[in-house]
Amino acid sequence: MSKKDFKKSAAYMESVPKMKKIMRNYYLKAKYARYLGRKVAWITSGGPVEPLIAMGIIPVYPENHGAMIGVSRTGVKLCEVAEGMGYSTDLCSYARADIGCSAAGGGPIGGLPKPDMLICCNNICGTVLKWYEIQARKFRVPLFIFDTPFVHTEFTKEAKTYVDRQVEDYIRFLETVMKKKFPRDKMNVVGKRSVEAMRLWQQVLDTATAKPAPLTAFDAFFHLALIVTLRGTRTVLRYYRFLLDELNRRVENGIGMVKTEQYRFLWDNLPIWHRMRWLSRTFAARNAALVADTYTSAWCGTVDHIDENDFLGSMGEAYTRIYLNIGVDKMAEKVLNMIDKYEVDGLVMHSNRSCKPYSFGQYDIRRIVQEKRGLPVLILESDMVDARKFSEAQAETRIDAFMEMVGQK
Amino acid sequence: MNSTEIIEKFRTAARDPFHCVRSLKKEKHCPVVGYTCTYFPEEIVLAAEAHPLRLFGESGMVLKADAHIQAYGCSLARSVFEDALSGQLDFLDVMAFPHSCDTMQRLSDIWRLNIKNTVHLDLLFPVHLKSEAAGDYLKAVLERFKKELEQALQTEISGSALSGAISLTNRIRSALHSLYRIRAAAPERISGSDLNRVVRGCMILDRSTAADLLETLADELGSVNFPAGKQPVKRLLLSGGACLHPDIHDIIEQQGGAVVWDDLCTGNRYFDTPVPDGPSPVSAIAERFLDRAVCPAKHSGIDRRGKELSELVSKYEINGVIFLLLKFCDPHGFDYPDLKATLEEAGVPSLFLEVESGKPVDGPTRTRVETFLQILNQQEPMT
Ligand code: SF4
Ligand code: SF4
Repeated sequence: MSKKDFKKSAAYMESVPKMKKIMRNYYLKAKYARYLGRKVAWITSGGPVEPLIAMGIIPVYPENHGAMIGVSRTGVKLCEVAEGMGYSTDLCSYARADIGCSAAGGGPIGGLPKPDMLICCNNICGTVLKWYEIQARKFRVPLFIFDTPFVHTEFTKEAKTYVDRQVEDYIRFLETVMKKKFPRDKMNVVGKRSVEAMRLWQQVLDTATAKPAPLTAFDAFFHLALIVTLRGTRTVLRYYRFLLDELNRRVENGIGMVKTEQYRFLWDNLPIWHRMRWLSRTFAARNAALVADTYTSAWCGTVDHIDENDFLGSMGEAYTRIYLNIGVDKMAEKVLNMIDKYEVDGLVMHSNRSCKPYSFGQYDIRRIVQEKRGLPVLILESDMVDARKFSEAQAETRIDAFMEMVGQK
Repeated sequence: MNSTEIIEKFRTAARDPFHCVRSLKKEKHCPVVGYTCTYFPEEIVLAAEAHPLRLFGESGMVLKADAHIQAYGCSLARSVFEDALSGQLDFLDVMAFPHSCDTMQRLSDIWRLNIKNTVHLDLLFPVHLKSEAAGDYLKAVLERFKKELEQALQTEISGSALSGAISLTNRIRSALHSLYRIRAAAPERISGSDLNRVVRGCMILDRSTAADLLETLADELGSVNFPAGKQPVKRLLLSGGACLHPDIHDIIEQQGGAVVWDDLCTGNRYFDTPVPDGPSPVSAIAERFLDRAVCPAKHSGIDRRGKELSELVSKYEINGVIFLLLKFCDPHGFDYPDLKATLEEAGVPSLFLEVESGKPVDGPTRTRVETFLQILNQQEPMT
């Protein structure tokens, strides 16, 4: 398809180039932070970024970088560098790719800017703790750990006290590293913006309740980058408002991302970054749209726990209760809610060798979904970045078998 | 009882822990509390007059658990769960999951959803052990566990019972320490595989029986005049998680080496630090967790593990280190390259082995151990 034709097609969205530009500028700024007199913090994707924004620190996300590495298909090479250093192929490929990239350079943007500090929040996994320890040893920069006790069944009183105290520790850490006072006024503004961004992001995802869905999970994976990296800034608000407008227009005009949308599915787990196009085409060719996913909604799932007038006071709890930090049964509940909300015909689970906290428990969630909703469930074995752990032929066979089951319903 | 008879008791326990605990339960009518990690307050369980049992996974074949945990879960978690699903753990009254790694954390959920006949408790330990907030939180977690256990077992745990339990576990720690020192000084007095079974046995047998046996064993092995070692032995250290492979020791010993110390959950990390005297028993237990040799699933500074390993290496005059890791174990897998580099800087060779719980050491692994020992043996003999 020529560029002109593509611009006229249903798949084209004006937001996309806008978003690319924002991300390009953001990474440029991060890369030249030193010349701009700014400090850079590496932070985990589920980490509390708002205090960094308030402090004028540029946050950089190795996981977002990992996603770019996955999309650009440079993951295997970088993982191999890490494996050469002794890191097992069974470890998370985001971590392996990042470790490989910091050792040997490379990747789509030639590596991340060196960190001045590391902020690790273990609300997504224990992997990030190990990964950030490794990078702290390598770069010899201060490491802050925001330790969020797991919420198997309840968020305990003592856990609340613990995370609240860490918010104060975090502020003190930033004050020490930056040698300046933490701007609490600014924090209020950033906190409010962050909450607004989460609400906007939820609205963006909600547009997919429309039939046909104006965006698919594949688009959500793309537009997600901003809520992850720049939440709390004005840029994010402006962008998501623009995106939301565009999506609403699509809904009004009945434009679906999959033109022939006949089946609607819910995606679980991280994307398979190295096969995004292949997967979206494979499903679209079978008149199926992945209209929603559990992954991108994780960045707005706890908005109800945040008091926007007391961001610091409520952020500990909100960050502790995120999707990956709750019990399997609670996850299943959320999956069921999404199944109903987006009126899907089936569930597609990515059993992701990299991400054990996301993947272990999927079999039980599958059982719960089958029992409570009687929906077909497809499990695709892969890895988000490491393309060696994926076979198109096998995936295609499974997708076909799944489609057959869906068709019979 | 002589040392051979005592060792036989530990061997039996390690060979069939469930049978051993079933009989114990019948005999003493005590509730049994299963657990999965060395960061576990056995003292609180003992003070409740219950029996703590560390689970290592006895099922070699994983069939039922396959329907719940993918094959890329570590064999320890998978086989422990297989034990549960196949009904082998039906004697447990309480199952307790201290927070350790991502895999165990999810196993706890899956367990709670599928195993219905036990009381299920989670100990949401902090991962960070180096902040004041974490210390206070840890104490609160232990207090909660105590309360929940009291409720589950319908009993009350008194301060004096707790102090008694602390003395008992400290006796075990101190006796194990003595045994390790004996082995470090004269490896021929007890084989590595037996010492491994002794440590594991301590997590299985009735604890006061274990303490008595250990003390007698340490006395006997420490005092008897053994003939001096015949040949120079390469002194090795084993580093990793839970070692369920006594056979690795036999391979090493056949090649003239001996593991004289370790950095394992089934070793040093289990006994290395006693519970100190403290203002309250629970705070004292917490203090120990904050101080003891750290596990890679916890954070106690970025250099701590490397430092601890280096200290053990120089203290016990180690010639080589074998990293014995379970396949798919993230915490240990992430620590390994930097630990190896630390050893390299100190000129200490190391070998990396990946094994699976419930499966004997395979041929290629055996060959690699043999080659490693041969290389070490070609180096200068020890003076
Ligand atoms: S992919 Fe999973 S294991 Fe890896 S960093 Fe993300 S949450 Fe952690
Ligand atoms: S062996 Fe490793 S992955 Fe398995 S339970 Fe232990 S720490 Fe977790």
